[in-house]
Amino acid sequence: MNKRLSIFFSMLLVLSMFLAACSGGGDNADGGDKGGDDGGKSDVPQELRVNINTEPPSLNPGLAQDSTSGTVLRNVLEGLTRISPEGKPENAMAEDIKVSEDGKTYTFTIRDAKWSNGDPVIAKDFEYAWKWALDPANNSTYAYQLYYLEGAEAFNTGKGEKDAVGVKAVDEKTLEVKLVNPTPYFEELTAFYTYLPVNSKIAEANPEWATDAGENFTTNGPFHLAEWAHSDKIVLEKSETYWDAETVKLDSIEMIMINDPNTELSMFDNGELDWAGAPTGALPTDAMQALKDEGRLVTQPIAGIYNYKFNTTVEPFNNVNIRKAFAHAINRQELIDNILQGEQLPAMAIVPPSMFEENEKGYFSDNDVEKAKEYLQKGLEELGLKDASELPAVTLSYNTSEAHQKIAQAIQDMWKQNLGVEVTLDNSEWNVYLDKLDQMDYQVARLGWLGDFNDAINFLEMYRDADGGNNNTGWESKEFQDLLAKSATETDPEARQQLLKDAEAIFMEDMPVAPIYFYTNNWVQAENLKDVAVSGLGDVQYKWAHFE
Amino acid sequence: MAKYIGKRLVYMLLSLWMIVTATFFFMRIAPGNPFASEKKLPPEIEANLNAHFGLDKPWYAQYWEYLVRIVNWDFGPSFKYKSQTVNDLINDGFPVSFLLGMEAIFIAIAVGVLLGIIAALKHNRWPDYTAMIVAVLGISVPSFIMASFLQYFLAIKMGIFPVARWESFMHSVLPAIALASTPMAFIARLTRSSMLEVLANDYIKTAKSKGLSSGVITVKHTIRNALLPVVTYMGPLTAGILTGSFVIERIFGIPGLGAHFVTSINNRDYTVIMGVTVFYSILLLVSILLVDIAYGIIDPRIKLAGGKKGE
Repeated sequence: MNKRLSIFFSMLLVLSMFLAACSGGGDNADGGDKGGDDGGKSDVPQELRVNINTEPPSLNPGLAQDSTSGTVLRNVLEGLTRISPEGKPENAMAEDIKVSEDGKTYTFTIRDAKWSNGDPVIAKDFEYAWKWALDPANNSTYAYQLYYLEGAEAFNTGKGEKDAVGVKAVDEKTLEVKLVNPTPYFEELTAFYTYLPVNSKIAEANPEWATDAGENFTTNGPFHLAEWAHSDKIVLEKSETYWDAETVKLDSIEMIMINDPNTELSMFDNGELDWAGAPTGALPTDAMQALKDEGRLVTQPIAGIYNYKFNTTVEPFNNVNIRKAFAHAINRQELIDNILQGEQLPAMAIVPPSMFEENEKGYFSDNDVEKAKEYLQKGLEELGLKDASELPAVTLSYNTSEAHQKIAQAIQDMWKQNLGVEVTLDNSEWNVYLDKLDQMDYQVARLGWLGDFNDAINFLEMYRDADGGNNNTGWESKEFQDLLAKSATETDPEARQQLLKDAEAIFMEDMPVAPIYFYTNNWVQAENLKDVAVSGLGDVQYKWAHFE
Repeated sequence: MAKYIGKRLVYMLLSLWMIVTATFFFMRIAPGNPFASEKKLPPEIEANLNAHFGLDKPWYAQYWEYLVRIVNWDFGPSFKYKSQTVNDLINDGFPVSFLLGMEAIFIAIAVGVLLGIIAALKHNRWPDYTAMIVAVLGISVPSFIMASFLQYFLAIKMGIFPVARWESFMHSVLPAIALASTPMAFIARLTRSSMLEVLANDYIKTAKSKGLSSGVITVKHTIRNALLPVVTYMGPLTAGILTGSFVIERIFGIPGLGAHFVTSINNRDYTVIMGVTVFYSILLLVSILLVDIAYGIIDPRIKLAGGKKGE
């Protein structure tokens, strides 16, 4: 026995030595930590450390469909345009953009630029990437982001030919793009990650080019992919071949994958991160107030909305006045002050104020209990009921999350107080929840929506058809459809904006959705870190970032 | 012995087949699908994806394909992490979880046994009370609270260790302690009670009356016998630590396999769910077998062959 025990303990000793040895070779964490903190001089190390929450599901722009992948891609690849820090698309890989009179043909001239392996960036790299994403054989989930191109939807859904897709490399420097409709936001779209180019020479030779860092992962953006330790970290380094390398100040960006908001904030407080919170990470809700009081919290509105959808096919929400009563009887500001604490904006419209400025006020006033009661009375009469207690049972559905639950409980209480309606809460796991929404198996349900590009159509077109995948309300309006159809062919931007505004007014009049609040991004950052560009859509770019 | 092991292997294969089958069907009846998202896909694209991953085939075809895959140890691509296969996820994640687990087991045994011995030798005196307070705390404080506590005091306040990540040996200390705290407390109590039991035996009294020093008595006569229950506890401990580390891995941002165990279910990432389940099942079945074999070696009173001794 003695002998056995001693063997056992010596094995444990060997194991612990092995542990120490195999991990001791890593970089000296202490040395790195101090670099970021003692800044203030010109020789501050230009090394950024951020958290991106999770492993990016794919770094192939044709397969990416989430914000984590988008964050990495936006900083290693560059599209025809890039969104400037001011939020406007500016020429990037495109040196010049010509638009035909009908707004349907775009001619891009590609600038002299190189991939990180020295290959020139050519028009074919774009044609290849876009057609690859559209090819049904490649199972790109976000292919529909390219449906603005002529023939794209037909090819992607197996009804058309690859050659009929409206993108063509006329020569090495010229890319011609034909659109279905004049699309005033098309230049902005070309900065979106599904529109990013890939090195066609590499990708044709090796379909697995995007699965790891290495010589196959060639980039044309401000940074190149130096390391990708799956589920652990990604390291970007400044790209010397980038055409605008002069502007880029950061030498490296370490993107770690920590999925716990408390840990993220602790690491920031401990000097192990230069940034904590949105858009790539998250802050613990409990810490928000303290951070705000300390004056450290940065808040920025983004184009996103938190809604309560009504199922307009079932009683009592098939009645517009009942819907209005429920929407008016919510005290949004109270939810924001007491639960969310992230300086969100109360939403009384569906399109974010960054797209329609007047929506800061919206179509009705927040917490208008008097109006709510009037609408309720009207609705009850129309349904032939005497008072609210006779309404069919109302259930409010949400998916598992502490914040959704707190909001639902508060609103349940408001409806009870203001309307005298009893509401039951129904919580389900995310996937199950989406399934329920899909089957229209709900009465009132929460759902968030974030814009992909800076245009109001993002927030309206999902309600075009009752059976549209993202509608979920059963609501449809001919007038609304007509206005959206007109807006698609309208070439004058102002007239188009007005058409969309009118469509929104119709939507708000029918109220198939009760808007609750517009999202904000909240974060803390190192004091000497400057010029990180976070867009109104919540995209982040490090091209201009630097430490002072 | 060989006959016993052979029999156990057959049972293991049978158990594994049952686990695989149950997981497969439970997964299929669970509502939701891997492509569900707030932004719904056009139906053509979804149909395309279903076809690509073979989800449009009848259940028996999918089931059969799955069994064939397992036999070939190829779990297929991950639905969500398109740059990795399930085998990649396991190959990358498991060594990390394993190292962390082993470190935790080492701490749990070393500290737990030491505390237990001290408590038993100083029975009903202050070292005993202190050790048992530590043990009660270890059992009653959940590991994630322990983790935050360690991060706050040892990393942020005192600056001895980094807050999180998996970079060097120093990074592994806090998560290992957090993971070890509960089993450590359990081992301390286990050691203490069995030590007390052994100390009350006649042969210890004899040894004392023979004039042996207390050091010799403790090491030679007491600990040796008192550790048997601890060894018995090793099997479930190893299994528990290897599969139960996902909370700690999440808090400390450790790229282990534990995280995939949980997130794959939320993502309805079928291939990952199945791959990780099969992998862990095999691990657990093997560790149960090893513990049973170890019983027989350590304590000759337990016979493997002959008597009816399944799991």
